[in-house]
Amino acid sequence: MSALTDRLRLTRRRVIPAVAAAVVLAAAAVWAVRPAPESWTTEDLRLAGEGGVELDARFYLPADRDGKVPAILLAHGFGGSKDSVRDEAESLAEQGYAVLAYTARGFGRSTGQIHLDSPDHEVKDAQRLLDWLATRSEVTTDSAGDPRVAAVGGSYGGALALLLAGQDQRVDAIVPSITWNDLGRSLVPGGVFKKAWAGYFFGSGSADLSALAALTGGGGGPEREGPAPDVDPACGRFAEDVCKAYLQMATTGIPDETTLALLSRSSPASVLSKIKAPTLLVQGAVDSLFPLSEADANAKGIAAAGTPVKVAWFTGGHDGGEGPANDSDRVEFLTLQWLDHYLKGEGDTPSDDFTWSRVAGFSATSRDLATNGYSAEAYPGIAGTGTTDVAVTGPAQPIANPPNGNPGAISSMPGLTSRLSSLLSGGVAIDVPGQHANFSSAPLTGAIDVAGSPTVRLRVASPTGEAVVFVKLYDVDPNGAATLSAGLVAPVRLTGLPADVTQAQPVTVTLPAIVRQIEAGHTIRITVATTDQAFLSPATPAVYTVAVESALTLPTLAGTPIGDPGNLWWLALAGVVGVILLGLLLLLVIRRIRHRRRDVTVIEEHADTPLVVKGLRKAYSDGFVAVQEISFTVQRGQVVGLLGPNGAGKTTTLRVLMGLTQPTAGEIFVFGHRLVPGAPILSRVGALVEGPGFLPHLSGYENLKAYWQATGRPWADARFEEALEIAGLGDSVHRKTRKYSHGMRQRLAIAQAMLGLPELLVLDEPTDGLDPPQIAEMRRVLQRYATDGRAVLVSSHLLAEVEQTCTHAVVVNKGRIVASGPVDDIVGDSPSVQLDVSDVPAATRILEELGVRSVKPEGPSGLIVDMNGTPRSELVASLVGAGIGVDRLVPRRRLEDAFLSLVGDNSRGSGDR
Amino acid sequence: MSSLEAAAGYKPSRTLPIWAEVKRQASRRRTQLALGFMVVLPLIVLGAFEFGNTGGGDDDGDGGGAFSSIADLATSGGLNFALFCLAVSAGFLLVVVVALFFGDTVASEASWGSLRYLLAIPVPRARLLGVKLTVAGLYSLLALFTLVGTGLLIGTLRYGWGPLGSSIAAELPPAEGLLRLLGIVAYLAATLLVVAGLAFLLSVLTDAALGAVGGAVMLCILSNILNEIEALGDLRKLLPTYYNDAWRGLLSTPIQTDELAQGTISAIVYATIFWGLAFYRFTRKDITS
Repeated sequence: MSALTDRLRLTRRRVIPAVAAAVVLAAAAVWAVRPAPESWTTEDLRLAGEGGVELDARFYLPADRDGKVPAILLAHGFGGSKDSVRDEAESLAEQGYAVLAYTARGFGRSTGQIHLDSPDHEVKDAQRLLDWLATRSEVTTDSAGDPRVAAVGGSYGGALALLLAGQDQRVDAIVPSITWNDLGRSLVPGGVFKKAWAGYFFGSGSADLSALAALTGGGGGPEREGPAPDVDPACGRFAEDVCKAYLQMATTGIPDETTLALLSRSSPASVLSKIKAPTLLVQGAVDSLFPLSEADANAKGIAAAGTPVKVAWFTGGHDGGEGPANDSDRVEFLTLQWLDHYLKGEGDTPSDDFTWSRVAGFSATSRDLATNGYSAEAYPGIAGTGTTDVAVTGPAQPIANPPNGNPGAISSMPGLTSRLSSLLSGGVAIDVPGQHANFSSAPLTGAIDVAGSPTVRLRVASPTGEAVVFVKLYDVDPNGAATLSAGLVAPVRLTGLPADVTQAQPVTVTLPAIVRQIEAGHTIRITVATTDQAFLSPATPAVYTVAVESALTLPTLAGTPIGDPGNLWWLALAGVVGVILLGLLLLLVIRRIRHRRRDVTVIEEHADTPLVVKGLRKAYSDGFVAVQEISFTVQRGQVVGLLGPNGAGKTTTLRVLMGLTQPTAGEIFVFGHRLVPGAPILSRVGALVEGPGFLPHLSGYENLKAYWQATGRPWADARFEEALEIAGLGDSVHRKTRKYSHGMRQRLAIAQAMLGLPELLVLDEPTDGLDPPQIAEMRRVLQRYATDGRAVLVSSHLLAEVEQTCTHAVVVNKGRIVASGPVDDIVGDSPSVQLDVSDVPAATRILEELGVRSVKPEGPSGLIVDMNGTPRSELVASLVGAGIGVDRLVPRRRLEDAFLSLVGDNSRGSGDR
Repeated sequence: MSSLEAAAGYKPSRTLPIWAEVKRQASRRRTQLALGFMVVLPLIVLGAFEFGNTGGGDDDGDGGGAFSSIADLATSGGLNFALFCLAVSAGFLLVVVVALFFGDTVASEASWGSLRYLLAIPVPRARLLGVKLTVAGLYSLLALFTLVGTGLLIGTLRYGWGPLGSSIAAELPPAEGLLRLLGIVAYLAATLLVVAGLAFLLSVLTDAALGAVGGAVMLCILSNILNEIEALGDLRKLLPTYYNDAWRGLLSTPIQTDELAQGTISAIVYATIFWGLAFYRFTRKDITS
């Protein structure tokens, strides 16, 4: 055994395995989270924008680029900065793009004021950045001053990408996500001001003020037009015209000409026809700020100009966040596919297919909804590829508009990115009694996969001739729990209304586009409400009457599920189980083959010998050698005593003999069969090793029964009654063994060893704990047992016991055999005696005359006499005859002195047996 | 006679019959207590709900209740009551019970000294482990089903047989609900394989039954604690207890199955590793107890 193995075993013995496992776990964790070498380099810059504005920027370059690389201009969302797009920038840099992430003017550490993606300000800033990119030697250029570049961004950054592509033909591709087409329509849909979202963003533009004051407190450059300490607190970092437009709109709820003009300049709608850069539009279905219809309008406008455009929807948005993992993965994949093709020229032209996702259930680990992806061959718009009409009924109902819209119904929580589950299957939406009218369908007979904008026809009467109503579509489950999908509502401002609903002309209301499966058994409810906390509704109280025309049209869309990951995992599970079963099968086959090939030869010369031990050696892993070399034989009819002091190696020998311990060297044959751990030949051996071992909760009788059941052998073979008789426990045999005395357990253990009357009985210190009469009885039992060709091997550290019980003895010390042979030979009378006499010199003289071999004095009155055949009686007679008093005569035995000295030397501290 | 390879009637594959091991374990007080507690727990839970209800009136019956938590729904019917009993036990009680059955089985034989006599019969070591494993598994399943069965029985007797209300989706009709409940039981059984594997490995490595059971429970708690540390990110997916809550996916409509599959894969892989190590070690080690 090598030193290394030694050490390994040592460790294994000493360290608690759990600790080892924890260390391995920790090591794995450290390895996994170790800082990976970054595959990009960054450079923090302050770049010149339009009109002296300084833009805070960071330029990412792939570390292992090979020559020039295409660039990506990465713009952030409203209220963000170059840092809020850091993850995206890093992942794009990893994909081999030079990424310029920058903070738009009016935000973060950039100077300037917020002009809402104005073509004269923010868009021109971006153009300056394109100029700068063209000067970088690392960036691929199409021609001088024209970098190979894509504009990527979400929301505020997305609109910038669209506006930039419309204004600057150097842009080679754009990926705008969750952004607007017409800012006016987004903020004032249906003529109703979306006050919650607008206020939220206006607030975030102003709130930046204090942070900026701290930032520039050290003294800004003279050319910074950014906020001076005397900045208007009402406008924060907003440009004056933007601020005015907001104040006007928020005050009246209806944008005036100037405001509309400003919003229109900030809207991609006006430049779509000029966009030549292939466009990937990503829009979220859980977005009450820029709903799916905005992306739809962008897609139609860009496609009309003949520019390649592709649309993807995901379950997320300004309300729903980035969506579940499989959605963000899909969006990332589509983005890279788009950029790789249009910037790097790698990969096929992305197809026109359209992908979206729908709620698939609840993910317990993310504690939110999970979605499934679907794909269709082409983008269907928000009208679906088909329609289903559902009849909704209900009488015309009066609904009250409360003063100042308070209390107001709740549909969504702008600015708080909520859990998808509360938006798509929860009960966020609340309607105020008296302020809404319901029109319900019958329970659906089949599920409807809605994807797009449902339409409904509405008749409204108002005493003032005007009305603002909010139309919503609820999915109501059979228990009556209603969900307003994604919290989306359609606000409608109607004018020229009659006072009587019967005279009202129906108007078609297009509801916001949703993606939802409405299950069979659910009902659809159209709710018309007068208020919504997210919108500014008229301040004057009024009572309207509303009615809904029967038919509700739902756009439907059928798609192919995108490789359902759930199914893949089940396949993987099947694979794992299959591999494990296969491995198990392989192991079994190998075991079977090994079993067949194992050494079953019977050593003929030992075939009738119960036990042959040859050259046995056992060294423990800590270096302790318990057994040096032991060889002995047990023949039929013999009771062999394994005699030795504690620690001589007796128990280790027996342990090897029972297959509990692997020997280091040597071999053991039982009836000629080689004995290895678990060898079937052990079934012909009965054993008591290292004390009894019983199930404490069972009685002695039950223990024996349980033991015999574990052998799986026929009940009749057990010879139960004989064993019980040997145990001699009487009625105590039915008491639980945990209440037994040591001696009772010992006797029960011997009985257990004798169950089935095995041909070889191995007993380790069998008389341990027995009282003298029981010891005497046990001797008789063992001697009787060794008849009929059976054999017994007994270990003991007591010479007397071996002498009285055994026919043969094997004396071991320090792992080696000291003597062996018939007990009579070993421990029988030796030719010498010890004499205590009254007169030592006289006795010596007389004894020498008798012709003995030797006389040695021992002590003051003792003599050791080698008799040389002289009978002891003659010796005593001669001494007494000569008038010498004989106090004591003790026959000496051959091994006695030697053995007693062994025990005396070694009974202490000899270590593990 | 003397050249026979084994005693008459001895066959390695017949040693330590499953039924014998079942009986060995059945007579143990800890087996009886563990199984008994599976019956008692739903009764205690029922008592707690009843105690809590004596003061005020029955506040069931509002339509929005379908979206409240599992606890709020526990008294809405037998299925929900059984589900609640499962949910409160899944995190700790079942872990302890399974760790007990698997961790105690070999280590206690070693500490009694009876292990060496079983091996000297000889029961082949692999067979001994196989039987021990099977029987511990049977008892664990029995405990699980006793818990659910009792919960279902007394929940139905007290609160009636109704649809399974879910905190995530709409109510499920009773037949469907029962299937889902069985699915949850099956998934919990799968996740408990990790505990079973760990406890069994420790049981083989140590002679102290308490060490094996306690060690397995402690490592599970450690895994749960690490799982709470979000900074570990995706690394947590490697934790054996990461997917323990995925059974909730069975309550949503439609069923969210991919995490169930991932959790099952994780549990099976861990259990295979632990059990494999247990067999590897036990078939080679010197029995010193």
